[in-house]
Amino acid sequence: MAALPGAAADIRELQATGSVARRQRISRLSRYLLLAMSLLGVLALVGLGIDTIINGWSRLSLDFFTNYPSRFPDQAGLRSSLIGSIWVLGLVIVVVVPVAIGTAIWIEEFAPQNFFLEIVKLNLSNLAGVPSIIYGVLGLAVFVRFLGFGSSILAGSLTLFLMILPMTVIASQEAIRQVPVSTRQGSLALGATKWETVWSHVLPGALPGMITGVILAIARAAGETAALIMIGAFTFIAFDNTSINDDFTTMPIQVYNWTVRPQEGFRQNAAAGIIVLMTVVLSFNFAAAILRERFRND
Amino acid sequence: MAVGNQGLDGPDLSRMYNSPTKRMREKAIIGSLGIAALISLLTTASIVIVLVSESIPFFREVSLTEFFNPFAEWQPLFTPVQFGVWELIAGTMNVVLWSLVIAVPIGLGSAIYLSEYAHPRTRSILKPLLEALASVPTVVYAYFALTFVTLDVLRPLLGDQISVFNSLGASIVMAVMLIPTIASISEDAMAAVPRELREGAYGLGSTRLEVASRVVFPAALSGIIASILLAIARVVGETMIVAVAAGSTPNLTLNPLETVQTMTGFMLQVGLGDAARGSVEYRSLFAVGLTLFLMTMIFNVTANWFVRRFREVYV
Repeated sequence: MAALPGAAADIRELQATGSVARRQRISRLSRYLLLAMSLLGVLALVGLGIDTIINGWSRLSLDFFTNYPSRFPDQAGLRSSLIGSIWVLGLVIVVVVPVAIGTAIWIEEFAPQNFFLEIVKLNLSNLAGVPSIIYGVLGLAVFVRFLGFGSSILAGSLTLFLMILPMTVIASQEAIRQVPVSTRQGSLALGATKWETVWSHVLPGALPGMITGVILAIARAAGETAALIMIGAFTFIAFDNTSINDDFTTMPIQVYNWTVRPQEGFRQNAAAGIIVLMTVVLSFNFAAAILRERFRND
Repeated sequence: MAVGNQGLDGPDLSRMYNSPTKRMREKAIIGSLGIAALISLLTTASIVIVLVSESIPFFREVSLTEFFNPFAEWQPLFTPVQFGVWELIAGTMNVVLWSLVIAVPIGLGSAIYLSEYAHPRTRSILKPLLEALASVPTVVYAYFALTFVTLDVLRPLLGDQISVFNSLGASIVMAVMLIPTIASISEDAMAAVPRELREGAYGLGSTRLEVASRVVFPAALSGIIASILLAIARVVGETMIVAVAAGSTPNLTLNPLETVQTMTGFMLQVGLGDAARGSVEYRSLFAVGLTLFLMTMIFNVTANWFVRRFREVYV
């Protein structure tokens, strides 16, 4: 290198000066500015977490889970809304799994490739964008009134089922598409019928993806408030639900109820309720993420 | 079209080898799958039927010209009873405006950072954290908007200039909810921009910021527009945040410091039992619902059109 005495000087001359240096400086600064912007969202999430934990932690005790709602903040608890949520979500799972998977299998494996199929697909993507409160109005008119279910667990579950059906179907379709065509061809070549092929080869391969989709959808249903308020689930429930014809309330509705009350004590209850609700929702999401990670390469 | 169907095309061997009963069973199963698929079509049909059929009696009592009269107020409970839906639409637009003013720069900034700047390891941490914002139930955001943003921050800061129930608190929190919507769809669009375009610009001496802002950003524009339209549709349809934090007084204003009622806010108020069944204000629920449904539909359909466009161009 010593043989080239001019080299060092040349490199120094390559250092940008003037307007180029300014452009480079601005570009370097932009990295930190953009990073700061991306961190704002994360900061909001952390702030939300800390704020609720500070406000609600002291209310979390066994009594909080076993007490019915009450007009005294320190005696009010999540019992009836927790049981209501479990009933509603349980029923949603029972209904949504066969219908969503059935729809997805039909679209991907059996539907004739025609105009009708295009309508079904377009309809699903549009339904996914319909606001939840519209599903609430639908549930109120059809399930509560027209079919006469009243503001029952059955009506609530069916409303949430319709709300999460599009996203569950779309996730299941994607999972089915991940199964290689050669798997189906091998099965058909051995003489299996189309349904036998789907049942014993396509479904097992698509199952992890489908379960991931269902879990994410249930997490959404677990946090849904507006649709259930519309069907009349904003009620005072001081008993344990025992049948799908019971009136009910759910955790997010209880949180809403405590949030809009002016007394400070209820705010704390709302915060404590949020800690429980977020724990449930985030563990659903976490489970889905782990499942997706584990089966990524299969 | 679908990969699956290709595998099942061709001569149906099962016809030659399987008994008629087995083939019958097979047909029954496939038929019931088709019935499952009909449920989603029935859902759309029922939404339209319910909203339209319940709106008709409303519009018999309240004319369309009164409903869309820009000078009429939304006053279903006090005399003189008036149903000027613009006041509710204005409330919705107020929140749309201010939440987008906050969410668009932050969402696009995050998208550009994730797609053009971030180290893969930073990205793998940051992206799931941002997406976690989308899984937070809206009632939690509503609590946050009322207690933390309004009572702990805005009121001490602005004092009585700002109402307890105001559009700004709702909009700020709404913006947080929108960040993942805007960021992840825009980032998908930016990731779809071919590498050659970037390298051409670098070869001509562009800096990273110039590549991001003058090459990638314009090339991904249709995806970015789609993300913003989807965000608008989400704000228009979002209920809990505005019902809790923005208030329940219809107000024709774009001022973020004032109380407003949105379309969804009014619908929830009816749902909470403030209106008697069969009354005009109860039926107005469906007329407002129909307006809301059509508005979100327009934004969603347009957004999907833009999404298809960027997929066609680059993917």
